[in-house]
Amino acid sequence: MCECCATEKDIYLPQLATVQKMRLMNDTEMYVRFTMDDSGAPGFDFIPGQFVEVSIAGIGEAPITISSSPTQKDGIEMVIRRIGNVTKAVHKLKAGDKIGIRGPLGNGTYPVDEVKGQNLVFICGGIGLVPQRSFINYVLDKRDDYGEVTILLGTKCYSQRFFQSELEQWLARDDIHFMETIDEAHDCWNGNVGVVTTLIPKIESELATSQVFICGPPIMYKFVLMALAEEKVPKDRIYLNLERKMKCGVGKCGHCQINNYYACIDGPVFKYSDLGVAPEAI
Amino acid sequence: MAVKKISKPDFADFVDKLTAGQKVYGVQAKGDRFDFAPLLSAKDLRLDYDVTLQPPKKFFLPPVETLLTFETGGEYKSNYDDEKFVLLGVHPYDMVAINQLDELFRQGYCDKHYFKRRDNATIVAVDVVNPSENVFAAEMGAAVVKEGFDVLLTDIGDAYTAEIATDKGKQLLATAKMSDAGEEDINKRQEVQEKNKKDLAKHKLKCPASYLPKLLEKAYDHPVWEEKAKTCFACGSCNQVCPTCYCFNVQDDVNWDMKTGSRCRAWDGCMLDGFAKVAGDHDFRKNRADRFRHRLYRKAKYVPEKIGGQMACVGCGRCIGACLPDIANPVAIYNRLVDDLGLG
Repeated sequence: MCECCATEKDIYLPQLATVQKMRLMNDTEMYVRFTMDDSGAPGFDFIPGQFVEVSIAGIGEAPITISSSPTQKDGIEMVIRRIGNVTKAVHKLKAGDKIGIRGPLGNGTYPVDEVKGQNLVFICGGIGLVPQRSFINYVLDKRDDYGEVTILLGTKCYSQRFFQSELEQWLARDDIHFMETIDEAHDCWNGNVGVVTTLIPKIESELATSQVFICGPPIMYKFVLMALAEEKVPKDRIYLNLERKMKCGVGKCGHCQINNYYACIDGPVFKYSDLGVAPEAI
Repeated sequence: MAVKKISKPDFADFVDKLTAGQKVYGVQAKGDRFDFAPLLSAKDLRLDYDVTLQPPKKFFLPPVETLLTFETGGEYKSNYDDEKFVLLGVHPYDMVAINQLDELFRQGYCDKHYFKRRDNATIVAVDVVNPSENVFAAEMGAAVVKEGFDVLLTDIGDAYTAEIATDKGKQLLATAKMSDAGEEDINKRQEVQEKNKKDLAKHKLKCPASYLPKLLEKAYDHPVWEEKAKTCFACGSCNQVCPTCYCFNVQDDVNWDMKTGSRCRAWDGCMLDGFAKVAGDHDFRKNRADRFRHRLYRKAKYVPEKIGGQMACVGCGRCIGACLPDIANPVAIYNRLVDDLGLG
């Protein structure tokens, strides 16, 4: 009846991977690097924006977007916030432990080839930095392929910042513009204070002709999109990373549906103009 | 396509032999209602039923099933159901629903767990004899069915016609005492099907079903969603009895040894609280009205867009009977929208 069944693997079957490195980055965010056990290489090919289902036997699965760049070959990096059953279990892992991985999943990815030669603006809110970092580091590894690069990062409070040393390197580079702000003032913080949209007027490259990538908490999209509309950035130059509860990851279970789109198979990265009528997106 | 004729006593003999030899699920009385259940004898089979409590989707997507087994720290292993079975008495609208699920579970990523069961099944469909009180399959183009089944029976009085559509169907009926259907038999069968195309319409849509996606394009902010959802219990009964609802949840169960366990899939429902909730407690469809609207949009817009325009409501009417506050009737909702928004 169905020819694909004779050959295709079980779409729900995780492959074993080994945790290589764990590092708690702040109160809630854990850096995890893993390698695949049987694929012949530490990592696998993927496109920035794709995610994996991380599986802890006996607890369950959680969709986690890959944070490392595909140019990095020593394994796959993720940053996992301790917030649900699976992610709490992930925080208890140590190097050498086994996890299950399904993926890479997601057909809506960052348009890495399509935007070559163009100016890029990344707008990240809090943990929204994590998926964007995959494309950012890809761009930095292939710096000559892209135009001006601007990265905006807003974090709620000083103690929630992570990847600090990497952020310092971005700040020190003269071939990208990196600006950071925190929502609440702090004694140890001399930089910008305010939400991420307050950085938008400070962007030096021409915004209206840039490609803009947004990822952050649900509320952030609304205000960033309003600000970009004021700057007359056309919708076909705006990309939104809309992560939902991608339970099965393969377009069946229905949990991640955004109107007629599935975040898992149509996204998680969507071009704003492609979204059409999808009031649930923002 | 071969159409055969089998007398009712011969059919009963055939069913008795069949049940002695393999697993058969057939429609039987359950109190004053009907449902699919393991069939042991032809006398229990009720092909004159109006509608079953549960649609037959449960044989392909069970309420709970084991997808994988595992041992902590070890490999995950796929788990499949291998038992062959015969499904006896599937109504056309339910067959249309199964055909849709076939397409949806095949699309993009093929779901082997679903298709193993589908391959193991031989489906005997049967044209409706007694329409249920809420059926509107004719309005959704699902009063008769042309494909998907292995055999299609039609009650023509003292006998059944049997359309044998596949090799599986041929094999199933290999030992049955049949003759070729004559012209008169074929005409009677045709009459039953034509009658059903008119009679299975206890609720009448005020527009062609094909217009529904367009109608919904302008209905997103209509007050009907809030009005109906005001009395909704968010119990998910409409999801549970729906032959085309296929959303599911996945969870792990650990055995007593605390080492081995299984990953299970269970039915879920988009009407249930928390269905669209993500980590951090952000709920993308927190309001009942949003979930209520989502369900109706899935039936007549979102899923149809995935399956070539076919309505993902087949008009079985089960949700109407299952809904305690009586707000689930899709026809009533779509008609209200036609009244308010017109057909332009």
